[in-house]
Amino acid sequence: MSDFVEQLASRAAEEGLLDVAYATLDSPVGELVVAATDRGLVRIGLPGQPLDGVLEQLAEGVSPRVMSYPRRLDEARRELDQYFAGKREHFDLAVDWRLSHPGFYRRVLRATAKVPFGEVITYGQAAQRAGSPRAFRAAGTALGSNPVPIVVPCHRVVRSGGELGNYGGGPEMKRFLLDLERAL
Amino acid sequence: MDPTLPPFQAFIEDHLDQVRAFLRGMVGPTDADDCLQETFIAALRAYPRAHAGNLRAWVFTIARRKAIDHQRARSRRPQPVADVEPLVDRANSAPPADAAGVGMSPKHSEIWAAVAELPPGQRAAVVLRFAVDLRYREVGEALGTSEEGARRNVHEGLKKLRRSAAELKEMTA
Repeated sequence: MSDFVEQLASRAAEEGLLDVAYATLDSPVGELVVAATDRGLVRIGLPGQPLDGVLEQLAEGVSPRVMSYPRRLDEARRELDQYFAGKREHFDLAVDWRLSHPGFYRRVLRATAKVPFGEVITYGQAAQRAGSPRAFRAAGTALGSNPVPIVVPCHRVVRSGGELGNYGGGPEMKRFLLDLERAL
Repeated sequence: MDPTLPPFQAFIEDHLDQVRAFLRGMVGPTDADDCLQETFIAALRAYPRAHAGNLRAWVFTIARRKAIDHQRARSRRPQPVADVEPLVDRANSAPPADAAGVGMSPKHSEIWAAVAELPPGQRAAVVLRFAVDLRYREVGEALGTSEEGARRNVHEGLKKLRRSAAELKEMTA
């Protein structure tokens, strides 16, 4: 079956019919799902988020033409591998923001995308950078809905009291990433 | 309202085996894979407009069209010798290499050679009923006929197959 599906995906890509390509990737935190459109990286599924659910979200939010096609994710997988190996501090990947809510949520995520490797900001600062200084709770919700975690580094946003706060992949993963970046 | 369309990857995994079995019965094992790719590319092209309610009937409709296109194209081409071999010769000789390649016994290849002689509607119904193992209601849905129509097509098809089996027996006796 896999040979047939591979050939099919490759022809679908050639004919411009493959709206969303995805691949899985082994990482030190577990298996990630990465998905891209022709505009860029559209979704990263963290360990604990079942593949089926991620694919359904893509089908509903982007296009039902979703297929496994690792070749289109080669660059994203390479950069993520380097990041986890401690050899990359910045991702050179285009992001397709379609799965994030336009408006305040997306502004929070775009502001967070600019927080450099090894640094952290608070939820309040994220809200402020998105233009609504008092909306720190909503900023937390926006970060919780981040469609491309790790690459849009929502793990770099922590509570003002020194606690790490929530994370889609669980608090241990947030700590792991911040340790990897020696941010604490 | 229709349920949401599943991701195309899940759609493939749900239907690939059945559509492959159908196309093997319709065009033979050698050409089935080409038709299979044509079927799923056409399905992918039309997928965003598909109704999630009955995707199986939908994909069989596409597969049947591809099988018919394929047969038309083949009948316009000069035929390879193996395709015009009369049934009785095939029964006496070794099974064609392509049939052996998909694990068909000689007996199976004879049966499918006889199925290939059926008119397209009956052939599709027989293949869906016995190679894909659909119920009559599902055969009807896939072929755009009533359950009763599907039953009739299968019945007529089987009658012809029995006749060819009897002839075969006589000629090889």
